[in-house]
Amino acid sequence: MNSNTAMTSERWHIAIGGLVQGVGFRPFVYRLAKTCNLSGWVLNDSHGVQIEVQGDRQQLRNFLHKLRKDKPPLARISSLTTESRPPCPETNFRILNSDGDTPPSATILPDLAPCPDCLREMFAPDNRRFRYPFTSCTQCGPRFSIAERLPYDRANTTMRDFPLCESCRIEYEDPQNRRFHAEPNACPTCGPQLQLCDANGRGVAVREDALKQARQAIEAGQIVALKSIGGFQLLVDASNSDAVLRLRARKRRPLKPFALLYPDVESVEQDCSVSDLEKGLLEAQERPIVLLAARGQARRHVAAAVAPDNPNLGVMLPSSPLHHLLIAGLQRPLVATSGNLSGEPICYDNGGAIERLGAIADLFLLHDRSIARPLDDSVVREMDGSPVVLRRARGYAPLPVELPVLPDTFSAGDLLAVGADLKNTAAISRGRAVYVTQHIGDLQNRVAREVFEQAVDDLAGFYRSEPAAVIADLHPAYVSSRWARQRDPQYLGAQHHVAHFFSCMAEHGYRGRALGICWDGTGWGADGIVRGGEFLCWDGREQVQRIAGLRTFPLPGGEGAIREPRRQAAGLLYAVMGERAFAGKFLLEQFSAGERHNLARMFERKINSPLCSSAGRLFDGVAALLGLANAVTFEGQAAMAVEFAAQQSATTRSYPFAINQHDSCRTLDWEPLVAALLQDGEQGVSVPDRARAFHNTLAQMMCAMAVRAGEENIFLSGGVFQNRVLTESAATLLRQEGFRVHCHCVVPPNDGGIALGQIYYARCMAAARTPAEEGSRQCV
Amino acid sequence: LGHGSGGELTQRLLRDYIYPHFDNPWIAQGHDSATLPLTNEQLVFSTDSFVITPLFFPGGDIGELAIYGTVNDLAMSGARPRYLSCSLILEEGLSMQTLARVMSSMGKAAAASGVQLVTGDTKVVEKGKGDGLYINTAGIGSVEHGLSIGAHSILPGDLILISGDIGRHGMAVMAKRESLEFEGPLLSDCAPLHEPILALLDAEISVHCLRDLTRGGLATALVELAETGSQQFYVREDDIAICEPVLGACEMLGLDPLYVANEGRFVAFVPAQQAERALAVLAQFSVTANSRVIGAVADGRTPQVILQNSLGCERLLDRLAGEQLPRIC
Ligand SMILES: [Fe+3]
Ligand SMILES: [Mg+2]
Ligand SMILES: [Zn+2]
Ligand SMILES: [Zn+2]
Repeated sequence: MNSNTAMTSERWHIAIGGLVQGVGFRPFVYRLAKTCNLSGWVLNDSHGVQIEVQGDRQQLRNFLHKLRKDKPPLARISSLTTESRPPCPETNFRILNSDGDTPPSATILPDLAPCPDCLREMFAPDNRRFRYPFTSCTQCGPRFSIAERLPYDRANTTMRDFPLCESCRIEYEDPQNRRFHAEPNACPTCGPQLQLCDANGRGVAVREDALKQARQAIEAGQIVALKSIGGFQLLVDASNSDAVLRLRARKRRPLKPFALLYPDVESVEQDCSVSDLEKGLLEAQERPIVLLAARGQARRHVAAAVAPDNPNLGVMLPSSPLHHLLIAGLQRPLVATSGNLSGEPICYDNGGAIERLGAIADLFLLHDRSIARPLDDSVVREMDGSPVVLRRARGYAPLPVELPVLPDTFSAGDLLAVGADLKNTAAISRGRAVYVTQHIGDLQNRVAREVFEQAVDDLAGFYRSEPAAVIADLHPAYVSSRWARQRDPQYLGAQHHVAHFFSCMAEHGYRGRALGICWDGTGWGADGIVRGGEFLCWDGREQVQRIAGLRTFPLPGGEGAIREPRRQAAGLLYAVMGERAFAGKFLLEQFSAGERHNLARMFERKINSPLCSSAGRLFDGVAALLGLANAVTFEGQAAMAVEFAAQQSATTRSYPFAINQHDSCRTLDWEPLVAALLQDGEQGVSVPDRARAFHNTLAQMMCAMAVRAGEENIFLSGGVFQNRVLTESAATLLRQEGFRVHCHCVVPPNDGGIALGQIYYARCMAAARTPAEEGSRQCV
Repeated sequence: LGHGSGGELTQRLLRDYIYPHFDNPWIAQGHDSATLPLTNEQLVFSTDSFVITPLFFPGGDIGELAIYGTVNDLAMSGARPRYLSCSLILEEGLSMQTLARVMSSMGKAAAASGVQLVTGDTKVVEKGKGDGLYINTAGIGSVEHGLSIGAHSILPGDLILISGDIGRHGMAVMAKRESLEFEGPLLSDCAPLHEPILALLDAEISVHCLRDLTRGGLATALVELAETGSQQFYVREDDIAICEPVLGACEMLGLDPLYVANEGRFVAFVPAQQAERALAVLAQFSVTANSRVIGAVADGRTPQVILQNSLGCERLLDRLAGEQLPRIC
């Protein structure tokens, strides 16, 4: 023992919070301490990482500097505090075992695609992991999909079932190694293995043979269900039209576009135009599906049935070693669609997949590493120069969204928000962090409801949270709201569009006066009107006021009308013309005499024909008026058709509209718009020009209302803002008028963002009731 | 019809319009109450009020409904319907012809159900204070079996039988009331159900639970039973029969037939090994001739009703909150 060291040195305690576990942070600290000639220790705990370092003062400063500057690429430091401690006799630097007793607050990382080092090893014939589909390290691999508890240690993951072999253990224990404490570390000797089964679950082949036969089956046009990171995908050769149509028939999914798996960016660029930002998204370790504009040449590799009547393709690159190995042998794009039954979450366990997908897939490429929870592929689209997440699951969940500092943030207990019913996500807030679950789906589905309950339990378990309050949508028939009521009769209600508005502000860290333009399909308004074309103003404190909305029209047949855009069109025409609408060309052509009779009675007697002010339904109605959609087979189909038509036109024309004022609320009247759109049709103006003019008009409507509202900051939220043409034209126009426009980025503009908004709204309202606090205006 | 004074007019009303249809010794007594010869029997007692526009609809009228509604409520306890009371609330201005028609059909319905209408009352309310005619009936039935029929007796493994296709009554009434026109005949299923049920009991089927599928339809009835009995039900969508005209009407109106009212349909929960025999018994009666198994009671702990479609997708059924409100966003 060198007592000299102890006498001349200082000792610092450093506590780090953020994303610092499972990213190679401790070996990085270990190496850095060695370089700086420091003794001490590093430890993962439930808050993040604790470090004690001892040595020369200058070296300690150097250490701290490099700790921030050279941290592992995946690490994110959200807090760092240092304290002086009395030096103690000690000569070396050690990595101590995790301490599992304190409440965990460290974050679990999302699942990440293989890093370049792991890929290199997998394709090096002399490497012991040559062609091993479960290769990973601290810089890549499964995380959230295998995590069962915190702290993130192998014993708390589904890798628990695979004891490390000697070679893997040495890597796992060596602080100098890339695989030091890489929890999913494995090799062909000790780790998970592939298995190929037929549709009845009978084993056909294992390991390399399984891979080879799966590849051959795909080449032969068969449908292969592959156990991917977050669940099963159905794969089929994208160029084989018969195979794609067979998948459509078996999945009973006639038209909704399928996602594609490409081997690499170069091959994507042959079929799609790819911006720099989109290229970055494709190659990011999150590996989402990226919506790209298809080129004409795409037809050589991609059958028309993959995305019928759709100018875009949803494309992703391999997100796991298994995908890399499979597609390397095929060198062509594959359809890679979620392995689920329509409306259900993705299947994620072997037995369940064979049971549910047995009638769809010909073969199952399985393995024996369990998936802890279903995680769908995420979907991202570039809009207005930024990435917008449309479905947030694998690669993104469960990263928290950080809220602005609010006075109640630490005094108030944790909150649980249950989101909306479709595209459901739930969220738990703890302090400033909001943990949003992965995309769950439609809660009327039994499996989805189970996943919802599991996801809520997971979040609560990971963060040992016992939410003090539950927040739900006001819709009385929402499954989520009923669930909330059962769990907590005192649950708080948040109006749907208010939640949309606050979700957009939350992700921008904004608090203060603002205008929210919340346009979507359906949101419960307390007055019984189906809302969805809303303008909301927040005073930065307690008051959120609805200042304007779209003019209402009846939806004959309620929710049933949504499958038939011609009904929304009829609703628009009836709202304008009353009975005379039935003498018009559209209704005469689109409905039989019997249907017209009944429709007239439904309008007149208000039979299941709720009024709506929904922009989504206006899109549907206009789609029908333009002849773009008579019956839809998937949500958003009609609105997408209008967007795609608009993309083909560059016209700057727009249609007239009116703003009517009654009381404190204005109405945006689309009647002149619809009249002009129909008149244009009679005069032979093309459908794309009319569709574009419709978009331009909506953007102008938003702008006109923004000018009247006079709020500098404007937030665009709601499913309608998944429409790129509309989002970009509205944002451009609003910016020209001097407004600051904020769109979604981290959570989807659709109902997938509702849970985050519910939490932020509750927090802001609680904060507003806390006196003596100035609304801070901050935005990133 | 003029405003009733309880005197001469009421007397004439009873004599000319009501008594002729219900000829039995008890009503003939003309007392304020009827003395019934029931001894040593387990009795069930039920009451229901009938308010419907229009009074006459394809396949039935308010009179039949008033009889069958209470008869069926009694039958759902496995009881033999015996005696009924009837209270009429007439709106001033109701035509005597209408009243005569309703009374005649009540009389026929009572006869068809083997019940005696033994006591009653009539009130007339001012014009504008009623929809022509309201009827309340109450009924007494006798129990001749030793079973405990009810939601609490449902057991995992039981099969769920339905006595026919669904949605006719609700759609027939709505079509008539709102002057809607649909292809194909849309007739109410309004009918008495006690005979097939008594036959099931006679055949010694251990019926665990019975429920008629009135307001709220099949879905609401199942959800209530699942919750009351703390059981999980699996129901196969493809096995639930719905006739073409009902399907067409529901499609046009955007309504879910699972929630549409019936007046002559019930579900029965029976042990799996007796299901086939039960179906054979039901097949002998025209009103239940198209009975079939639509699902089963599962082992799951969460009380819920799971509707499986042909693909295997599982939808959870819930009570309706008010109207069928859109959720799609
Ligand atoms: Fe919404
Ligand atoms: Mg009743
Ligand atoms: Zn790696
Ligand atoms: Zn190994």
